[in-house]
Amino acid sequence: MAVDTQAPSRGFSGASYRTCPETGLKVCSQAEALIKVNAVVAVVFLAVGGFFGLLVALTRWPAVHLLPADWFYLLLTAHGADVLLFWIIFFEVAVLYFASAIILNCRLAAPKWAWLAFVLMVVGAVVANVAVLQGESSVMFTSYVPMQAAPHFYLGLIVFAVGALIAVFVFFGTLVIAKEEGSYEGSVPLVTFGAITAAIIAVFTIASGAIILIPTFLWSVGYISHIDPLMYKVIWWGMGHSSQQINVSAQVAIWYAVAAMLLGAKPLSEKVSRMAFLMYILFLQLASAHHLLVEPGVSSEWKIFNTSYALYLAVLGSMIHGMSIPGAMEAAQRRAGFNNGMFEWLRKAPWGNPAFSGVALSIVIFGFLGGITGVIMGTEQLNLIMHNTLYVPGHFHATVVGGTTLAFMAITYLVVPLIFRKEIMFKKIAQWQPYVFGAGISGVSLFMMGAGTLGVSRRHWDIGFSDAAMSFDYPATAFLMMGLNGISAILASLGGLMFVLVVVCSVFFGKARTPESIAASPTLPSTGTAETVTTYGSEKHPKLPGTVVLVTVFFVAFVLYYYVNWKYLSEVWPLS
Amino acid sequence: MSEQGTGSGGAPEERVPAMQRLLDNPFLLLFMGVASPAALYLLWGVMELSQIPIAQ
Repeated sequence: MAVDTQAPSRGFSGASYRTCPETGLKVCSQAEALIKVNAVVAVVFLAVGGFFGLLVALTRWPAVHLLPADWFYLLLTAHGADVLLFWIIFFEVAVLYFASAIILNCRLAAPKWAWLAFVLMVVGAVVANVAVLQGESSVMFTSYVPMQAAPHFYLGLIVFAVGALIAVFVFFGTLVIAKEEGSYEGSVPLVTFGAITAAIIAVFTIASGAIILIPTFLWSVGYISHIDPLMYKVIWWGMGHSSQQINVSAQVAIWYAVAAMLLGAKPLSEKVSRMAFLMYILFLQLASAHHLLVEPGVSSEWKIFNTSYALYLAVLGSMIHGMSIPGAMEAAQRRAGFNNGMFEWLRKAPWGNPAFSGVALSIVIFGFLGGITGVIMGTEQLNLIMHNTLYVPGHFHATVVGGTTLAFMAITYLVVPLIFRKEIMFKKIAQWQPYVFGAGISGVSLFMMGAGTLGVSRRHWDIGFSDAAMSFDYPATAFLMMGLNGISAILASLGGLMFVLVVVCSVFFGKARTPESIAASPTLPSTGTAETVTTYGSEKHPKLPGTVVLVTVFFVAFVLYYYVNWKYLSEVWPLS
Repeated sequence: MSEQGTGSGGAPEERVPAMQRLLDNPFLLLFMGVASPAALYLLWGVMELSQIPIAQ
């Protein structure tokens, strides 16, 4: 273990460092400060956006129907922007700085630019929130034209995107510095490679956003007379869906990082895992096309290539990660002596550690609920039976909330003691938090998808059509699903509140970590696990019977659900 | 083709496979990761939309 030098030292480049007493990593103080501020602001937006989400879910619960229509659409817009963009991207910037400067043991490139990026992101996010809360920009997260928001709504998003783009290039600059200063040898570690994937997708995402949001801003102030709605949709989804692919890449990188830090798990094959990330780089953004599968203006060739062919290559990448990470965990656990039977390695995993349980639940929820349903929606024919129904938010609450948010929450339980150097407060609440949040969000996802399968529209204030000129009766089961969705949202909100409580109290009021407290309760179970994150290397000759069984269960579920949906489709279009 | 060359110190230098050289170059990956969706999703999609006749 490295010597504890909590006092910063100054390197030859002028940057100051400390050596982490738990990981032995050299921590650039500028990178550390930027990780802290980005993570803190991210949690603020999670708390605000999550609260708005609870109010939206309680409004969609027919028996409660909390908000009037104008407030429902206003808060739905704010919920989408705060949690889909601001929470996620602030946290991802923190992940990028961690995966470059900290993991590669080097200084952060252009820290002044990184601070400028942070300020721009904060200003942009606040301006967009103000615009929405003023009530003139209830255009939903998608802000489809010809609906028009206030000019400062678009301007806020543009300023935020410029800040995020600067942060991404600070990350790339840090990679160059690490290479030039020789802070690593050979290839970058897999976690950093995952962050590179996220950063590349971020560049495409932000470029697409700039292409469409700048003219839309000019349209909102009267300099442009017309924006074509379909052109807007195609380009906007280049940003809207790709922004969620940044999440997928960052979340998978976190899965590898936490497995390595807590269990010493090495990838089964670095090469194969890096190829899976390459499939993300080349193909994952193309899945944006599934939002346009019912648009008449684009050809079937465009739709089918971008979804049912290219998307499957990206899905193949996800399935490689989905086998590789549990496999790496099993190999590490068996190496540690948990060799009895098929699943002793899984039973004896550190389920009481919220960082581990959060990642494990994130993998399961993302794979079974988010991944399988994503493939269903990406199939042009099957998409017709759930397009723009509540099935769509059901799917992305499994991917973005159950997958990404839970993974980000999980690594926060390591970031607080290692980067903020504070003890985690309320340990019992922290232990339960991933389970409460995971159960709640799984319910939200399942019941939304159930209601969507019954035809319930997304973004609809009142499924009872109480003030509509022509009424429509959804099946009674749809009302039950919406009630269960509301109950699940309360549970998920409770899990979110537990997270915010633990993190905010720990960061601002927690005891500082001392050599004595580190020795008494180390964040990482043994020395050397941090080295697994920071070096290139694969597991040698692993035997993985448990993972083979788990992966088989996944494939059986995948195949069954795929064919069940073809059966639904055949009932929509009877042949006789 | 030989898999090994000779380094400046005379020690054999392992030839890095082309695929690994690609994966080790973040800026080449950045180019590919932006060019692929820009061509297959954005440009192709925009070209198709631009060919829709304008209603009279």
